[in-house]
Amino acid sequence: MLRHALGRLLGVLPTLLMLITVAFFLMRVAPGGPFDSEKALPPEIEANLNAKYHLDESLAQQYFRYLGQIAVLDFGPSFQYKDWTVNELIAQGFPVSLTVGLLAMTLAFGVGTLLGITAALRQNTGVDYSLMGLAMLGISIPNFVIAPLLILLLAVYAGWLPAGGWDGGFASMVLPVVTLSLPVTAYVARLTRGSMIEVLNSNFIRTARAKGLPEIVVIRRHALKPALLPVISFMGPATAGMISGSVVIERIFSIPGLGSYFVQGALNRDYTLVMGVVVFYGVLIIILNFIVDLIYAWLNPKIRYDEKR
Amino acid sequence: MPLLELVNLDVGFDTPEGEVHAVNELNFSIEAGEALAIVGESGAGKTQSMMAVMGLLADNGHVSGQALFNGNDLLSMGAGELNQHRGSQIAMIFQDPMTSLNPYLSIEKQMIEVVMHHQGLDRAEAHAKAVEMLRAVRIPDPERRIGQYPHEFSGGMRQRAMVAMGLLCEPDLLIADEPTTALDVTVQAQIGHLMSELRQTSNTAIILITHDLGVVAGLCDRVLVMYAGEVVEWGSVEQIYYQPLHPYTRGLLESVPRLDQPDDAVLHAIPGNPPNLLALPDGCKFRDRCPKAHDACREEPPIRQGGEGHSYRCFLERTDE
Ligand SMILES: Nc1ncnc2c1ncn2[C@@H]1O[C@H](COP(=O)(O)OP(=O)(O)O)[C@@H](O)[C@H]1O
Ligand code: SF4
Ligand SMILES: [Mg+2]
Repeated sequence: MLRHALGRLLGVLPTLLMLITVAFFLMRVAPGGPFDSEKALPPEIEANLNAKYHLDESLAQQYFRYLGQIAVLDFGPSFQYKDWTVNELIAQGFPVSLTVGLLAMTLAFGVGTLLGITAALRQNTGVDYSLMGLAMLGISIPNFVIAPLLILLLAVYAGWLPAGGWDGGFASMVLPVVTLSLPVTAYVARLTRGSMIEVLNSNFIRTARAKGLPEIVVIRRHALKPALLPVISFMGPATAGMISGSVVIERIFSIPGLGSYFVQGALNRDYTLVMGVVVFYGVLIIILNFIVDLIYAWLNPKIRYDEKR
Repeated sequence: MPLLELVNLDVGFDTPEGEVHAVNELNFSIEAGEALAIVGESGAGKTQSMMAVMGLLADNGHVSGQALFNGNDLLSMGAGELNQHRGSQIAMIFQDPMTSLNPYLSIEKQMIEVVMHHQGLDRAEAHAKAVEMLRAVRIPDPERRIGQYPHEFSGGMRQRAMVAMGLLCEPDLLIADEPTTALDVTVQAQIGHLMSELRQTSNTAIILITHDLGVVAGLCDRVLVMYAGEVVEWGSVEQIYYQPLHPYTRGLLESVPRLDQPDDAVLHAIPGNPPNLLALPDGCKFRDRCPKAHDACREEPPIRQGGEGHSYRCFLERTDE
């Protein structure tokens, strides 16, 4: 188990380096620079600025300089928010994004698995068909369509919830969290249903039933864990999906999270800010995937056993 | 009153191609402590008839008729009532030991839950009982082994663990579906021995399903021969072995390898295949493969007496031999 963990940990380093490299050069390939704006700056000021942020060095120099900084977890100063470092901006925005993200994940996996199990236990009934129909809708309608719809219905017409903004209160969280979690909830529901049905048809469930255990015990003790394993391994990709979703959601609902900074930074060619968010989220996704992997291995006696040998 | 009596048991499966008639009008009974073998080629309906009795048919399956256990019809019971019999009074050992144990639970958890649930034992008592049972089925070092997971057991050990699990509650009826098929000969003998021991000590009745007539002889009193979902011949082991009357039974017996034959003796597997269960022919279902088939066999064959407790489903008279 420990060896498994260490091996995996070493394995992520090249991934991380690749992520940084690709993001770094993609950003530079895009036309425009951080100090382009309508009114042109006097050349000597621009030269000064470029020198201050090392933009006058060769791309390779800048790249290695950046790697060196990141190694000590310093994302550098923001180009756009003059008095802020990227670290400070992340510290500001991330708690907001994290709150929304965690709530959305909890909602998606909690409700998604419950719906999936319900559909599986009522397989081929009206309940099953309507749940899966809804799930199909949830998967196929994109965030940026659901969000305005919900805003119209619940904020504008009904007036129950604010249409946007962020005050850290419950009411301002409902719409963004629900919007963000909907597609994942729908996917988790379908995934859970499928794997639960497969498990319920397996021979070992038949054995458990032959023992005369009540069906509820059969499901809880024998079916739940294997049915949820694929759902657990979906948590990694789901996190990544939620992070990209949050960029859109935070814009739509005007939430001051990392996603908003990211979009702002990209529009302004704020190289360090964009890079900072990319690297930060990249590391986060990798760490979460790693944790999910460990949970999976820990739940699966076969992997545990192979590691013991 | 017989321990288990099947009355006109029919099992069918709905499939996209139509209805599969897996078991047709199955009737038999078994007394307490008796051992009955059900033999027949693969696909004859042996497993599914017992699945129906246990309430374990697949979702597309349906059953009609009666399965009277001590006079109570298992097929018309609600889940709660059926669960009082399953596992405690009737145990079933399944055909496929590799997939019939839960890979995510230790052998211990899978064993103790049976006795804890049905006999109300506490964990320690149940554990002790499970270890004893594993010892009885000759699992080496059972105290340590019981904590392991199924994939740490060999195929033979898994099958023995399945047997042990089935016997934990000292059931009145043990249904064993090809319990020795995956095992080597010595283990086969051990398990056979174990089951006959059980009959003597706790008067457990046994229904042994097998396609191998060879393993039946030592263990069983009576034999039921199934073909295409029907019983075609039934009688005592001696009657079936020494005076088989149905051409199918004879074919089966000729395909059993015998010790008194030279090694290179040709095995007479019965030529041809069983009929399509989606569209069963009228008349005798064995007709296409029967060396004695004649025109009359297009009609439903009668059930004839071959001797005391010995019957077969065929137009041939005993004297036609
Ligand atoms: N769920 C199912 N759907 C359709 N046909 C089935 C199903 N289960 C079993 N059968 C069919 O029922 C017949 C009898 O099977 P079975 O009782 O398992 O035979 P065996 O005598 O080898 O144990 C076989 O032809 C099998 O294909
Ligand atoms: S009824 Fe006819 S076809 Fe069928 S087993 Fe008897 S002889 Fe053969
Ligand atoms: Mg079978």
